Amino acid sequence: MGMVTPLGLGTENVWKRLIAGESGIDRIHSFDPSELAAHIGGEVPEGPTSEGKLTISDWIPVKDQKKMDRFIHLGMIAAAEAVEDSGWKPESEEDRCATGVQIGSGIGGLQTIYDASITVYEGRAKRLSPFFIPSALGNLVSGNVSIRYGFKGPNHSAVTACATGVHAIGDAARLIMLGDADVMIAGGAEATVCKLGIAGFCSARALSTGFNDRPKQASRPWDRDRDGFVMGEGAGIVVLEEYEHAKKRGAKIYGEVVGYGMSGDAHHITAPAEGHEGAYRAMFAAVRSAGITPGEIGYVNAHGTSTMADDLELDAVERLFGDEGRKVAMSSTKSAIGHLLGAAGAVEAMFSMLVIRDGVVPPTLNLDNPSRESIIDRVAHEAQQRKVNIALSNSFGFGGTNASVIVRGV
Amino acid sequence: MSEIADKVKKIVVEHLGVEESKVTPDASFIDDLGADSLDTVELVMAFEEAFNVEIPEDAAEKIATVKDAIDYIEAQKAA
Repeated sequence: MGMVTPLGLGTENVWKRLIAGESGIDRIHSFDPSELAAHIGGEVPEGPTSEGKLTISDWIPVKDQKKMDRFIHLGMIAAAEAVEDSGWKPESEEDRCATGVQIGSGIGGLQTIYDASITVYEGRAKRLSPFFIPSALGNLVSGNVSIRYGFKGPNHSAVTACATGVHAIGDAARLIMLGDADVMIAGGAEATVCKLGIAGFCSARALSTGFNDRPKQASRPWDRDRDGFVMGEGAGIVVLEEYEHAKKRGAKIYGEVVGYGMSGDAHHITAPAEGHEGAYRAMFAAVRSAGITPGEIGYVNAHGTSTMADDLELDAVERLFGDEGRKVAMSSTKSAIGHLLGAAGAVEAMFSMLVIRDGVVPPTLNLDNPSRESIIDRVAHEAQQRKVNIALSNSFGFGGTNASVIVRGV
Repeated sequence: MSEIADKVKKIVVEHLGVEESKVTPDASFIDDLGADSLDTVELVMAFEEAFNVEIPEDAAEKIATVKDAIDYIEAQKAA
């Protein structure tokens, strides 16, 4: 596993801080946000690598940095950690061809596109960098990771807005099941905490704007005072491997992807339908593909963006579990790191895996007054010790795309 | 070394991230300095910008070494 988030670099570092109830949300530093309605975001903290902070030059040579948008930088860093952690360094041509990459991005190189547009606008179109397109394309984390490590198997990339991370992991697992690869490097990367990105989501009335003076309280899933999501940036990448293949080489195994379900709302470009029935169908499909009953699930990492849609997801989760909902814990880790868009689903599936490993559920910060009651424990404020064998992670995206993944300990 | 040669060298060092000592007149951008085809496109753009000259595509294709670049720019500036 490899992770870059507003809580820092490194899976264990991020996880420790998440469990401690820390928040990575702050006033935006990378540009002056004062003319926009939202002034806050979750930026990856800059600083020494040894402190779990971001120094891009420690990972990517300066001359290569300009060939890649920031989302590629973050993706390459998370991939480096994941590959190192997995110990999978194929030498033979056969093994390399059996190792694929499926790392997506919800949007791609937005800042790069913005900068290039300015160049063209200024009448300097002929001065456009030859690296503009390969820097902006959403599949270029997959491309760059394959080049760096020599992974010659399927090279794919999901682009499904905020469901990207789950689609990447779910689809990569299926490629392994279908025999297209033995190993897949899978996940998502995003870096759109830039003026164009924040302005765009502001216009869509999607972002929190009422907590600019209290950034750490802004992301408050299910709370009655929530007023929109907080955008974060980062990357989450896992190494998926056919089970016998992993066992045979004595790999470190966090757990198993056992279920995956998808659906479409066919309703509205940004808003879910009543009762979030699309979410229900995605979760139900994941449960069915895992061959389990909902009652076997001990933890749900909710999409829970801190928008009006939170309660619709809650409707769908309550419908899925029925009375067994009393035994489930559900939290939204977006309360601590914000919404990482295309990276969210991957990072959150990884958190779900760590819940199983460590028997501890991360909290939903700022859930002071739930907008409605539920039998489902939403882990307000503080982490909970809880033995969990199976966990479900939800991600839903604009366009009405829904994806759920189920993981289990081994 | 001429002022042009000096400036060319600086641009090459900056864009390709190579040691200054490696940027000899005979050094080939691709074979000796680790550039790929897109790097050379970017280099030529940087020369155009820095020296305020136009380097058409057919001329750019013939610029393979540091000396090629210096010669071409010096010829343009002399003309």
